[in-house]
Amino acid sequence: MSSKKSFGGSAIVLDRADINTDEIIPAKYLTEVTKEALTPYILEDLKLDGFDPRGDKLKNASVVVTRANFGCGSSREHAPWVFEVNGVHTVIAESYARIFRQNMFNCGMLAIELPKDDIDQIIALDGEGVINIAVDVEAQKITATANGKTLDFDFEVSPFDKALVAAGGWVEFADARY
Amino acid sequence: MGKTIAEKIFAAHLRDEPFAGTRVLSLDRVLCHEITTPVAIADLVWRGKDRVFDRDKIKAVIDHVTPSKDSKTATQAKILRDWARRHELPDFFDVGHNGVCHALFPEKGYIRPGFTVIMGDSHTCTHGAFGAFAAGVGTTDLEVGILKGVCAFREPATIRININGSLPQGVVAKDVILHVIGHLGVNGATDRILEFRGPVVDAMSMEARMTLCNMAIEAGGTCGVCMPDMTTVDYLWPFIEAEFGSKEAALADYGKWVSDADASYDKVLDFDVSNLAPQVTFDFKPDCVKPVAELVGTRIDQVYIGTCTNGRIEDLREAAAVLKGKKVADRVRGIVSPATPKIFSDAMAEGIIQIFMDAGFCVTNPTCGACLGMSSGVLAEGEVCASTSNRNFNGRMGKGGMVHLMSPATAAACAITGVITDARTL
Repeated sequence: MSSKKSFGGSAIVLDRADINTDEIIPAKYLTEVTKEALTPYILEDLKLDGFDPRGDKLKNASVVVTRANFGCGSSREHAPWVFEVNGVHTVIAESYARIFRQNMFNCGMLAIELPKDDIDQIIALDGEGVINIAVDVEAQKITATANGKTLDFDFEVSPFDKALVAAGGWVEFADARY
Repeated sequence: MGKTIAEKIFAAHLRDEPFAGTRVLSLDRVLCHEITTPVAIADLVWRGKDRVFDRDKIKAVIDHVTPSKDSKTATQAKILRDWARRHELPDFFDVGHNGVCHALFPEKGYIRPGFTVIMGDSHTCTHGAFGAFAAGVGTTDLEVGILKGVCAFREPATIRININGSLPQGVVAKDVILHVIGHLGVNGATDRILEFRGPVVDAMSMEARMTLCNMAIEAGGTCGVCMPDMTTVDYLWPFIEAEFGSKEAALADYGKWVSDADASYDKVLDFDVSNLAPQVTFDFKPDCVKPVAELVGTRIDQVYIGTCTNGRIEDLREAAAVLKGKKVADRVRGIVSPATPKIFSDAMAEGIIQIFMDAGFCVTNPTCGACLGMSSGVLAEGEVCASTSNRNFNGRMGKGGMVHLMSPATAAACAITGVITDARTL
């Protein structure tokens, strides 16, 4: 359900575990029948001290860096879509709920898993200024930069998920194969 | 080495293994509702691929917001309705015949042991109660399911949950599953199938097993599953009589979908529920669970009895047994939503609807919109709901609202007193 995406860019840190899809896009907006109509409602009900869903930090972000079990709860693909229409095509987390992770790759977007230590290091950069994340999907490498400080990480992505990203999504992959 | 039921179902449905560890399964059922399907339909139309892989295997219902409450929900319903008509789906359920998907589709006999089932709804895990592999998916998986009849999954790993002992009076499947989720945590079963076993599960009705499996996703589980047995056969009998002739023959056939004794599990967890008390959630995650006794006295504004977790006839009976001859407390709003027209009708015949109405409950048509703050019972800022649903997320039933999850009997007790109450103390 998508075209090929570009990855990386400036990041916003959501430093909390178990962020659910109701927080990412509340159910009252699921009455929309286009992805674009979801745009203003991104992360509207997120329970996180100091977070402003209307703030510039989120507006300028192309990457979300977060904690464990991101995207738990409802299966709504509106959660990846609301990221997609807001230009966020990369999420980096300690772990994901199954359906959310698959929905991201099914849309041709990236749900990258990094160990807690790596996430800690990226989040520590948040105090240094704007974090910029470069992603090389083929080499499976991430570079995080903030205020001249640079950190490199390797990540794993399954061959299937990589193929979905390369194809532009599961519809494209499945339509060509089945 | 033996196999789990999930491994057997995967092996029997394996269509492709494009990469090591990725199993593309053929699907027996693709279930659809009006919230997550319209975007898939629109995308198929846009791609020039407005087709369905098998109209008999696709079932559709309008259930989340019905009858439509505004122009947007009317449009969603119309997109699903028009699509079902142009593809001549024999099993499409609209106003007057519709009900909560995870109660309606089992009731119609559509879910059988050994089936693979997907739906664009996380509580699809409910259908594992029949010995099926049933998983909630997003709209893209649903779209491919509609078009090609396949879906991709990782290799199945199973956590076996043995429910041992016997349930005390007044303690039910909802209390058991809340207790299990409290132990597992909200991601304790991610990418895992939860296989519910043991004497307590063996003794449960299909309704109770559906309640158990319904909340597998609240621990992150892909699917909940119970072994098909004579209880399963009895429930399905009107739909399978012609196929099998005798119940014994059906049971023997379904035996191929029971986990082998020497199957290997990711984990085996034992719970003895003989001393379990009624359970309730606090805070905003479904793994924040305590005995009701620890929250007694917490003020509530609304009681909601219904949903895919607890809107079935047994649930209404349990609540009515507590409510009979009693009144809903002043300033408390009681709402009950029988999950399907048949449940509504059976509840009327049994006098249960009258008990709810005499107590001062509002009886709605079969729908589940209140659970996720879409319709028919949304909370205002600062309000608290005692609910038989499955999610207590921040804002779930309305922005600024608070939800405590509990059994139907506990919810009925809360309605009478206006505060969180252990029904056994009334």
